[in-house]
Amino acid sequence: MDNYKPNNMILQTTTSLIAFLLLGFAVYLLFAGHNSPGGGFVGGLMTSGAILLLNMAYGSLTVKKMLPINFTMLIPIGLLIAIATGLGSFIFNVPFLSHTFGYFTFPIFGEVELATAMLFDFGVYFTVVGVVMTIILSIAEDQ
Amino acid sequence: MSTLNIAIIFPFIAAIVIPFLYNKIRKLHIGWFAMLVSFVLFIYFARYVPRIANGETFANTINWIPSYGINFTAYLDGLSLILALLITGVGTLVILYSIFYLSSKESLGRFYTYLLFFMGAMLGVVLSDNIMVLYVFWELTSISSFLLIAFWYQRKRSRDGAKKSLLITVSGGFGMLIGFIMLYIMTGTWSIREIISMAGSFTDHALFIPAMLLLLLGAFTKSAQFPFHIWLPDAMEAPTPVSAYLHSATMVKAGIYLVARFTPIFGGESIWFWLVTGVGLLTLFWGSFSAVRQTDLKAMLAYSTVSQLGMIMSMFGIGSAALHFGNSTVSVVYTQATFAALFHLVNHSTFKGALFMVVGIVDHEVGTRDLRRLGGLVTLMPITFTIAMIGSFSMAGLPPFNGFLSKEMFFTAVLTIGEAGIFSLDTWGTLLPVIAWVASIFTFVYSMIIVFQTFFGPYKEERLEHPAHEPPVGMLIAPGILALLVIGIFFFPNVLGDYILTPAMMGIFPSLPAADLSVPISAWHGFRSMELWMTIGVIIFGFALYKTRKKWAFVYKLFPEKWSFNSFYSYSLEKLEEHSTTITNSYMTGYLRDYMVYIYLFFIVAIGGTIIYTGVYAFDISGNSSVSEFEWILVLVMIIAGISVLFAKSRLTAILLNSILGYGVATFFVIFRAPDLALTQIIVETVTTVLFLVAYYFLPEWKKEDVPRKSRNVNLIISISVGIVFTVIALTVQSGKLFESISGYFENSYELAGGKNIVNSILGDFRAFDTMLEVVVLLIAGIGVYSIIKLKAKKEDESVEDQ
Repeated sequence: MDNYKPNNMILQTTTSLIAFLLLGFAVYLLFAGHNSPGGGFVGGLMTSGAILLLNMAYGSLTVKKMLPINFTMLIPIGLLIAIATGLGSFIFNVPFLSHTFGYFTFPIFGEVELATAMLFDFGVYFTVVGVVMTIILSIAEDQ
Repeated sequence: MSTLNIAIIFPFIAAIVIPFLYNKIRKLHIGWFAMLVSFVLFIYFARYVPRIANGETFANTINWIPSYGINFTAYLDGLSLILALLITGVGTLVILYSIFYLSSKESLGRFYTYLLFFMGAMLGVVLSDNIMVLYVFWELTSISSFLLIAFWYQRKRSRDGAKKSLLITVSGGFGMLIGFIMLYIMTGTWSIREIISMAGSFTDHALFIPAMLLLLLGAFTKSAQFPFHIWLPDAMEAPTPVSAYLHSATMVKAGIYLVARFTPIFGGESIWFWLVTGVGLLTLFWGSFSAVRQTDLKAMLAYSTVSQLGMIMSMFGIGSAALHFGNSTVSVVYTQATFAALFHLVNHSTFKGALFMVVGIVDHEVGTRDLRRLGGLVTLMPITFTIAMIGSFSMAGLPPFNGFLSKEMFFTAVLTIGEAGIFSLDTWGTLLPVIAWVASIFTFVYSMIIVFQTFFGPYKEERLEHPAHEPPVGMLIAPGILALLVIGIFFFPNVLGDYILTPAMMGIFPSLPAADLSVPISAWHGFRSMELWMTIGVIIFGFALYKTRKKWAFVYKLFPEKWSFNSFYSYSLEKLEEHSTTITNSYMTGYLRDYMVYIYLFFIVAIGGTIIYTGVYAFDISGNSSVSEFEWILVLVMIIAGISVLFAKSRLTAILLNSILGYGVATFFVIFRAPDLALTQIIVETVTTVLFLVAYYFLPEWKKEDVPRKSRNVNLIISISVGIVFTVIALTVQSGKLFESISGYFENSYELAGGKNIVNSILGDFRAFDTMLEVVVLLIAGIGVYSIIKLKAKKEDESVEDQ
């Protein structure tokens, strides 16, 4: 992927726009999941899609500088979050993975619903991003 | 009274201690310790003799698996006592003999560990009341015998002999285990005493005959009865003390003990009578017939053991007829056969033990056991000769040795049973004495061969490895004691009879009055008795046959070697291996496509067969919603794409057609109102297509598989059938709704989980555990791909897998 340097300015320019739209949509999907279609899985896939697009346009070396993230590390982090939300229920003396929710009022956002199930979704999100990126980058970087 | 249980465990503990002692104490021969163990046990059991003779029995239970009724119950009665005394007594003598027989260069620690291990197992067999525990000890004797036969494991013949004996005895033992379980099903108890007390109440049970046959299978294999006798001659590769102990005096009597022990349960049945008697007589004849042709002294003794065991077995069979008549005076006549069997059991142990030891001495001193190289040892080894003569003449049934008494009683038994008038004995009864008599003639012949071929005739020193001379005194003590017993029993048979044999009879015939079971043994039957003339006939004909044996040796050539049971055994083993290899190779082709065919075939047969067999296929589409035009079109597109994949010429086409299917499914999710699924499906389909394309460059050439047309047609038929079965299942399940769906509960997701998206609430809240583990699946997949790609050997690296 890095061997040739053609002039793909159109791709790079549009990518810088589209990638952030995609990332925004991905974050929207992640947060919207509780009440509308979406969720951690789709959000994670969409995020990896955006990063892949960046990869294709700029090459993996540039992207590594832009996003200095070790994607493989995201997998255990995500898994830990998911399991921690499950274990957290033990503190309140309820069965494993019992979720709860509540409504809170914040200064700017107004009344907002917060649910522990969302935390679990974050875990799924990170794992999916980590796994998809690990798989594709390992294959792509293989000589 | 727990000392009985300890007595069984004692040799095992000693066997554990021996290796440590052997490593610590090098000066003293370790055999002395083993002998002490055995001797202490002998004294211990001997102290029971007076009390057992008074009709007492002893039992003690140690709980092992009480919830299944399997407990370690030691039970001592007359029958067990005979065997226990033989095991410990002959054991002591054999160990004494082996101390002088085995050189200190052998790995003696191993030898005595195995030997004591065997002794404990054998005591366990004869003293156990619980049949499960009996089975455990039974298999332990097989294993320890296996270890002892292969003591010189560097020799191929030893290993082969050990393998053969293990295969045969363990297969029989396994059959016996099934028989035991059947007994348990019929009676509900594992205890032999309780089963005996119920005897007769379950003879009509469907499992009664199978249990009897399986039990006899175990007994016959262990006691080397026809046609399972073939392992015994091969077991002669063991050191001679082992042959003397295991394969003449103790282990081979385990089967006989079993038959005796279960006579109260199965005796009185005509199948039992004919099997035990018939097989016993056949073994008696075949063993003695085969013994004559042997040129190796140990092989000859092995066949003679087979033959003598058959004789004991047949006497137990004849004795079991007494139970047919129940408690009456008629039956007492037949119990005498059982008495004779017990008597000969003891006699055989004495003279056969002595004979084996003598053969060991000859082998040890002159370096060969081959009859063609031996001769003229009488003046050089007079004591050895004396013992050999006593043993052989006793075996042949000559006075004044104990074999004479038991042989006379054997003749009495076969003569009287012909007049019983039961079990169609009117027709076949006359055959029994004839077979017994002919077999006795052969017994006489080989007994003479052992004495005269070895000790008389020309002395061929040039053929011997060492010049002959008397062995050390220590080696002569044990066979000497046994030879003294042989004579002692002849002159005072009733001491043995009253104190040991009569109590054992009470164990075998618990339903008969004890007073009738005691049989006085007399050496002289008078001139008018048939038995005397039969014995005289045996001597005359036997002597004539011995003198002319070179002239009729051609009889053995009538049956070619390849028709023997030995060749049958090796042939079947060889063929079994060959065929199982062929069969395994025929279906384990190493091609994944073949294994897929098996899996799908199984699916078609199992699932399709179930559907047809149970007749559950029912299509009811009345409740289904109508199909819109748009759906029709979509389905049509997907069908075309699906079929085109099969005929695609390039891989790229196949990948693209496949993604058409994926997006089609996503569209269906949209139509059927599943936005979450549709979203995910679209992205996953895209990602997998991208992955396909990424991997595309590395994949090998896409080519038509070079498979024969025939298997292609098979694949076509199988894939169509799988499709049909699947469709039928789907339609059947669809039309058979048994209960309301539980989805109503999840519709409350906003109140229950605070989420308006039901799918997401189910994934993240109601059934989050599944999701969590799916995340783990992703983790595993990610790590898998990562490690497969990153961790591969570079050109100079060693292969990681080989480390």
